[in-house]
Amino acid sequence: MERTTLDLWVGIFVVAGIAALVMLAMKVGNLGTYNMSESYQVSAYFSNIGGLKPKASIKSAGVLVGRVTDISLDTERYEAKVTMSLDKRYLFPKDTFANILTSGLLGEQYIGLMPGGDSEMIKNGEVIKKTQSAVVLEDLIGKFIYNKAEEPAK
Amino acid sequence: MSAAETIRTIGHRAINAVWRIGMAARFFFLTLVYSGSSIRRFHLIIKELFSTGVMSLIIIIVAGLFVGMVLGLQGYETLQRYGSESALGVMVALGLVRELGPVVAALLFASRAGSAMTAEIGLMKATEQISAMEMMAVNPIARIVAPRFWAGVISMPLLAAMFSAAGIFGGYFVGVVQIGVDEGSFWSQMQAAVDFREDILNGVIKSFVFGTVVTVIALFEGYDAPPTAEGVSGATTRTVVTSSLAILMLDFVLTAIMFRGS
Repeated sequence: MERTTLDLWVGIFVVAGIAALVMLAMKVGNLGTYNMSESYQVSAYFSNIGGLKPKASIKSAGVLVGRVTDISLDTERYEAKVTMSLDKRYLFPKDTFANILTSGLLGEQYIGLMPGGDSEMIKNGEVIKKTQSAVVLEDLIGKFIYNKAEEPAK
Repeated sequence: MSAAETIRTIGHRAINAVWRIGMAARFFFLTLVYSGSSIRRFHLIIKELFSTGVMSLIIIIVAGLFVGMVLGLQGYETLQRYGSESALGVMVALGLVRELGPVVAALLFASRAGSAMTAEIGLMKATEQISAMEMMAVNPIARIVAPRFWAGVISMPLLAAMFSAAGIFGGYFVGVVQIGVDEGSFWSQMQAAVDFREDILNGVIKSFVFGTVVTVIALFEGYDAPPTAEGVSGATTRTVVTSSLAILMLDFVLTAIMFRGS
């Protein structure tokens, strides 16, 4: 085969391969959609995080505002310490409420931020004080059965 | 056969296997050492890229399309029982990008391009072309082996990416166009679940490793083949069998390293 046609075909091959990679990165992966430009770190303590995992999303009013970066157990208070990085564009009041919520009945867990009314904003490295732990399904069922048992028999 | 003889056979086989692995490692090392000149003469690599990469395009894209379509069909069957058919995109994309893309593309590559490499080099050896080169003071590893090696290493990740992309379109076609899964949730859940570094980059690393292993096995088997018709055919078979097994075993090891704990 001639040298130029050979070069052409190999060029097509390489370009198609790179195009497939770029498509995978942009359209399939999360490189094109969520690009946190600048962020600040905030942490919060929960008595139970349920099934929360690193990289879980943090939403406020349903809008993605950040990601969980680290989860560890604080051995001084025996509570879970969740570190999250929030987008610098979004600032939250000091008395913001952090809840661990579940998307759908069996979906994955995320942190929902409910802004309070304080005029001061949370800064980098500060701690969200008001938190609510994850709802553990087994606890709910246990409570339900306990309440049922307490009811007088008909 | 007496017991001692059986044990002797096992020992002989074991020594032979270790010896061959050592030879293959030495061969790989020599290929790397002598590949400088083939990178300087890049048109040699381009010629090999044509026969290994471009000629494998059709089989890779068609196979990827059908694998993705089957994944879409089967995934829908299972997911709709739990009412979560909107997660079909996640299933198809993660399955392809992490495992099926690199592995199936490498298996196809081993049987499509690897066997051809072995047969070509084996036949060159049988017809004493390699000895002729050595007589002319041309290093056969630098002139024949290294360009093929680099062509295989370059084309394997590209082929795996094309396989995954074609498969995702196959899954999209069956899931969204034919069955009617919601298009928005198909793509958005996929984008939320597939991480660039964790999933896509690890898939590319996998296919890079597979490409290296398959080409080294193919080239070594060809270079090491007995210079007879029987020897070349045996070497070609061994290339396909050994590299397929190596791909599947390495895939397990790589998956255990990459995706554990996530």
